[in-house]
Amino acid sequence: MSSGIEVVITGLGATTPLGGDVTSTWDALLAGKSGVGPMTHEWVAKYDLPVKIASELVVDPTEVLPRVEARRLDRSEQVAIVASRQAWSDAGHNDDTVDKQRLAVIIGTGIGGAITLLTQDDLLEQHGLRKVSPLTVPMLMPNGPAAHVGLELKAQAGVHAPVSACASGAEAIAWAYRMIMSGEADVVVAGGAEACITAIPVAGFSQARTMSTRNDEPEKASRPFDTARDGFVLGEGAGVMVLERREFAEARGAKIYGRLAGIGTSADGYHITAPDPEGVGQSRAIAAALRSGGIDPSDVGHVNCHATSTPVGDVAETVAIRKAIGDHPVLTAPKGSLGHLLGAAGAVEAIITVLSIRDGIVPQTLNLENLDPAVTLDVVAGEPRKIKLDAAVNDSFGFGGHNVALAFTPA
Amino acid sequence: MSDNVLSGLAEIVEEVAGVAADDVTAEKSFVDDLDIDSLSMVEIAVQAEDKFGVKIPDDELANLKTVGDAVNYITSNK
Repeated sequence: MSSGIEVVITGLGATTPLGGDVTSTWDALLAGKSGVGPMTHEWVAKYDLPVKIASELVVDPTEVLPRVEARRLDRSEQVAIVASRQAWSDAGHNDDTVDKQRLAVIIGTGIGGAITLLTQDDLLEQHGLRKVSPLTVPMLMPNGPAAHVGLELKAQAGVHAPVSACASGAEAIAWAYRMIMSGEADVVVAGGAEACITAIPVAGFSQARTMSTRNDEPEKASRPFDTARDGFVLGEGAGVMVLERREFAEARGAKIYGRLAGIGTSADGYHITAPDPEGVGQSRAIAAALRSGGIDPSDVGHVNCHATSTPVGDVAETVAIRKAIGDHPVLTAPKGSLGHLLGAAGAVEAIITVLSIRDGIVPQTLNLENLDPAVTLDVVAGEPRKIKLDAAVNDSFGFGGHNVALAFTPA
Repeated sequence: MSDNVLSGLAEIVEEVAGVAADDVTAEKSFVDDLDIDSLSMVEIAVQAEDKFGVKIPDDELANLKTVGDAVNYITSNK
């Protein structure tokens, strides 16, 4: 870039349906594990919901956090705190490693504190005002995960919370890139958090006919690009990365996982939930990410896809990839294993993309048995594929027509 | 001062704010000594109302600076 500024990744943190941290998640993904299982919540039977499966956390955040801290946080905030602490520590940061006025936190969520909203509404209905928690608003507000992490780290360059449905986590990372490139911050803790596996989101997504109802085979329900896919599987979790100005990271001797070379964002202007089948907006986001990173499309060896296992969305994305990059990148869709973490998805999958470059390995798309004939690109199936990567793109798209592409390169 | 009220209140403070019940003694200030914020004080007051069958209006709550203040108020109003 002409500015001479580069953005590098120095720390990773996550809690997902595959593991309580980044290493266990990555290992489980490569091993072909599924995070999907039956939901045991009483409301599934109570409302006779058509969807009886979800991708729930392996490690409950209340097992990791002190009791009193946990009771003051919505579950979406709990997972943000858990992942952020891992990332901060992994980056080798402590209270003295960065001027707080040069430190920002950007953590997005798609839904926010839905569990708190519904729990407190029940208390109001059943017991009246006195039983409503005074913490209700800070627990349900969608900037809550960012605010709590920002407060813990005393970040004062800015604390932000992009809300763009399933693109939120990636948008947070794109926003971090902009803050570092513009000189507003030296270090940004960025990612996404989501925990809304409760009755209303499941009922609402079900009514929109967007979720898989393969209730008798939970592990096979999320199957991006497969001919038998029938919708996404709702998941929960958080992913957070520490991004830094390269000179700042090198001066403190930090280990560097990789570089966020470029970012691109766009909006479809097409439909509130359906993606443009021609992939015009998505391809513009991908092209913008390559352009801002100075990356030639021919150098992009891999795309970590958004593909959620819905009939329309998966194919539209491959159309966009062909338009922006060409026929050569090798694709994978981690939602086959993870399910769909909504506002956390882009952040967790960005972490996976960074590890793919670092380790030279692209995980398989779980449950991809028969590739949809409308997909003409090379999608990794069966087992991970070793491949040296000079550049890789991570796609994230959200209800509302939000498109985000992140372009990563080696350290 | 009622030991039963003190120990009952200490249990509530431990549940809400994570302060060890043994540290909740009469002379302690909720804000300055026990680091309890205004949001947690509302929760503590509501739980105390239920436990001891008293009413603690907001203007009274504002006057309860120490654990002893709260114990005395609860004892004389239940």
